[in-house]
Amino acid sequence: MTSTVGTLAWLVLLAPLFGAISIGLLFKQLSGRAAGALATTVLFTSFALSVATLVALQSEPEESRQVTANLWDYAVTAGLDVKLSLLVDPLSVIMMLVVTGVSSLIHLYATAYMVSDEGYNRFFSYLNLFVFSMLVLVLGGNLVLLIVGWGLVGMASYLLISFWYRRKTATKAGIKAFLINVFGDVGIVLGSFLLLRHAGTVDYLELFAKAEGAFAAHPHDLTWGLVLILLGAFAKSAQFPLHTWLPDAMEGPTPVSALIHAATMVTAGVYLIARLHPLFELSDVAATVGVVIGTITLVMAATMAIVQTDLKRIIAYSTMSQIGYMVVAVSAGAYTAGIFHLMTHAFFKALLFMAAGSVIGAMGGVQDIDRMGGLRKALPFTFACFMIGSLALAGLPPFSGFFSKDEILGGLLERGDWYTIIAAIGYLAALLTACYSFRAIYKVFYGDLNEETQQIADGHHLHFAPANPSTGEAEDYEVGFPGKEHHTAEENLPMKVAMGTLAFLAVVAGLLQIPHVTHVVGDFLHPTFHASELLEQTEASTSTALLGMGLGTLAALLGIGIATQLWLKKPGSTAGIQAKLQSLHTLLSNKYYVDEAIDLIIVRPFRWAGAVFERHTERLVTQTAVVGGSSGVVRIASALVRAAQTGSVRIYAAVVSSSTAAILLYALVVR
Amino acid sequence: MSITWYLAVSAILFAIGLFGVFVRRNPLVLLLCLELLLGAANLALLAFDRHHAANDGSILAIIVMVVAACEVTVGLGIVVAMHRRGQPIDVDRTRELQG
Repeated sequence: MTSTVGTLAWLVLLAPLFGAISIGLLFKQLSGRAAGALATTVLFTSFALSVATLVALQSEPEESRQVTANLWDYAVTAGLDVKLSLLVDPLSVIMMLVVTGVSSLIHLYATAYMVSDEGYNRFFSYLNLFVFSMLVLVLGGNLVLLIVGWGLVGMASYLLISFWYRRKTATKAGIKAFLINVFGDVGIVLGSFLLLRHAGTVDYLELFAKAEGAFAAHPHDLTWGLVLILLGAFAKSAQFPLHTWLPDAMEGPTPVSALIHAATMVTAGVYLIARLHPLFELSDVAATVGVVIGTITLVMAATMAIVQTDLKRIIAYSTMSQIGYMVVAVSAGAYTAGIFHLMTHAFFKALLFMAAGSVIGAMGGVQDIDRMGGLRKALPFTFACFMIGSLALAGLPPFSGFFSKDEILGGLLERGDWYTIIAAIGYLAALLTACYSFRAIYKVFYGDLNEETQQIADGHHLHFAPANPSTGEAEDYEVGFPGKEHHTAEENLPMKVAMGTLAFLAVVAGLLQIPHVTHVVGDFLHPTFHASELLEQTEASTSTALLGMGLGTLAALLGIGIATQLWLKKPGSTAGIQAKLQSLHTLLSNKYYVDEAIDLIIVRPFRWAGAVFERHTERLVTQTAVVGGSSGVVRIASALVRAAQTGSVRIYAAVVSSSTAAILLYALVVR
Repeated sequence: MSITWYLAVSAILFAIGLFGVFVRRNPLVLLLCLELLLGAANLALLAFDRHHAANDGSILAIIVMVVAACEVTVGLGIVVAMHRRGQPIDVDRTRELQG
């Protein structure tokens, strides 16, 4: 039986599916902004239904706030219990609210931002499809539905990264993202098999109930299962060493970067670890892997962002780094902090991408921050939004990022032991975060106007001959390439509304969870994490919380100070530093050579093996022996039988009647 | 009257039909001969039916008639189609389906 909560959750899921299908089928009929309006309406409906689900769930008593809504049984046989069921609990509801809420605003933004693109209708069909997939992922009540959602978001991400499909770099980036994500998908499927093997169920709640008993005798299987699942989480959340697709994914249109590669899809890994937290608490090894990889990623990404000159890629690296924080948090047991940071990050990161999109719009598609400068006066609204987003990202009080990041690091400090070292690394990376985000601000919005930005200050947008910004290849304005006009928030109301709302949230969302003052998020999530022992260990005491907040503020201020000194007060002083640390700069701007390492370790051996097998096994064994042999046998046999097929009706009649007569005679004589 | 006579007539009809199928080359005549074969079978069926005082044979005979009607419809259709396309009306000269 489905309850009100369950029914509402199913409706939340169906709204974007309806949008995707109807826009997909009617893409030739819908003209003008109709598709965008439809997609946005559907999403706002979905958000309203999510709020209704929240209200319905909160009206239940606290101990029954884990509702399973089973629509029908998919494959219920011996040893398998796959049902088409949703698990509606505080964790999935908060994810649902973040996904539908941020998506609605990004859809609204895109209705104006993408309006000159020839693929406008296709774009909104894909976007709605993505939101549907993401909702399947976060609402699914068992591992099988999770895998379905996981695969679908991968596909939607591929479609949207390669949205400008006539651009070679974009299609390459899409294929890269898809391949790396499929690698992770395989990990999740294999990990799920290991869990199913001993627990005998794929349903989350049953799995958690049975886990301790089922895996007591097989601790290694649990560890391997979880590590394999982590592989999927790392691929989707762009964690080291499976992170290389995320910066390349910036080839997609900016709203896509804001929605998929900042606010929602890339946080799926964090959600997954939080969802499976009862299992991770049983396996120290898997949890430690999560903490270590998260830490490596958050430092690595922050350092790479410092030397990056592509505006969108800077934000992409900061996304990787912030997701690193979340992965550390949920692996170390600070679930509330991790999910809280996921939420605030969705707000301020989507805001940063939207502001970046507006800047890129004014610059006529240019993303290189070395060509920008002094845009503060020309784009006042965009500047304000970018500033708010960066302050929240840098973690300066009282912006939302401060409270959420601080809660993660405070939790690590409280847990003590070697987690203190992780916390210290976290503060160091927070300093770097403040530094690179203000580097971008100073380079884009401060400083003197150059020849190009002077035109923007005079009220014109830049226009260039259509070309690929990364390779310079000539393009046109047909379908499959970016549209003719670019748009800024200054002159489009929908973009302003979307960015204004997110800016407001980026400022105030932190107030939901101030240590020892308010704990709205913690209380709300309590039913999901109530059985966790680690959560209490990571709840910072007053002294730790104060120390953490002090350190956090200090790190942010120091980072901003360094950035001010280097890029505002003495622009050009970085050239000297770069000359001194040339090898470091080369290492960072080549992204630690991870792409090259993957190429060397995985791609080349596979390509070599492929070539060898193609030359020997494929040609000789498969084509000659297997294919040629079996077809030869058939050919000879058919040549023998073919002789009987004379084509003469009279001979057929003679054969039929004489053989019938022979059979009759035989029957008569032998009897 | 003994059943033997009926069966004898049936056998003679069958032999005439089979002979026609073997020796004639015109598909129309071929179809006529096939009808003779089926008629012979029907006669035998009805004879046995009466002999055993049962109904099974007559039911089977009706089914055979239905089959015969279908077969003639399709067969004549094919012959007309062959004629329209200028194909020879001769089963020995239409052997394109040989292997």
